Amino acid sequence: MAAAGLRAMVGVKRVIDYAVKVRVKPDKTGVVTDGVKHSMNPFCEIAVEEAVRLKEKKLISEVVAVSCGPQQCQETIRTALAMGADRGLHVEVPAKDYENLSPFHVSKILAALVKKEGVNLLLLGKQAIDDDCNQTGQMTAAFLDWPQGTFASEVTVDGDWLKVEREVDGGLETVRLKLPAVVTADLRLNEPRYATLPNIMKAKKKKIEVVKPSDLGVDLTPRVKTLSVEDPPQRQAGVKVETVDDLVAKLKESGRI
Amino acid sequence: MANPLRYEVLTLYKNLLYLGKEYPKGADYFRTRLKAAFVKNKDVRDPEKIKELIARGEFVIKELEALYYLRKYRALKQRYYEDDDK
Repeated sequence: MAAAGLRAMVGVKRVIDYAVKVRVKPDKTGVVTDGVKHSMNPFCEIAVEEAVRLKEKKLISEVVAVSCGPQQCQETIRTALAMGADRGLHVEVPAKDYENLSPFHVSKILAALVKKEGVNLLLLGKQAIDDDCNQTGQMTAAFLDWPQGTFASEVTVDGDWLKVEREVDGGLETVRLKLPAVVTADLRLNEPRYATLPNIMKAKKKKIEVVKPSDLGVDLTPRVKTLSVEDPPQRQAGVKVETVDDLVAKLKESGRI
Repeated sequence: MANPLRYEVLTLYKNLLYLGKEYPKGADYFRTRLKAAFVKNKDVRDPEKIKELIARGEFVIKELEALYYLRKYRALKQRYYEDDDK
């Protein structure tokens, strides 16, 4: 298999924008998503950027962007197309089912799509900033029985092999993977480009194919039940002290010194 | 009558307006200042001078993209890599 014959698929997730203050619904079933700004998961942006850079270096021939979720996910796919992906695949999951969609289902969908499209490199973000699961890449690799390079901070293609530098506790680990493989992107992999207005406009000409999970033979029955979603504990208010003596007394009282 | 650079100036304005939607101080804050900057130079007729101003606008685009990238990078670093720099 020549390196030029490599084709990549990139998973992108539509999440609540990183800059938005997330609010929990009063009934504790989840977080408020209506009328809240959404954008592409930052780690997915890094994965898209890496795929596009590999394509610009002529190491891969095509980049397919995939997203699972309701209709609005097409905007996220559009962003990926504006960044340089060639075409999009939208796995349409109705909003009702999407609430219960977990990495287990997404990885099954991705594995089925990878087989259907015959791609040999799957790039994903290491985790999404909404559920912070960090499971999809690992599980997809397991379903496909492909090698995985998670938390990648550098990816180099070497013939049929992939050299991935991984961010591990206290340092870097370099692994060599036989293609086809799954790679998940860490924060320092690259600096994603901005999807500019002209590129978004141009991306409107690119195709987005819509598929249903049932077409892929994936059952979306929830495996995990959300019992309750709650705010993190509020930070306790501090106290002001007048003099150094007061400060020392307070610190002694709280057992700090 | 129409200036040949008119289209370029309009494109620049649109691109900046689009980028301004994400401006940390708010889209409205950005838009008023953007408009003021363009209105201030509305009487410029010299093509060389206009080109210079367009180049300046394109520089601002690059700066904004860098600003947004760094802002996002820092936010993520703070949230997910807390202990790194100790």
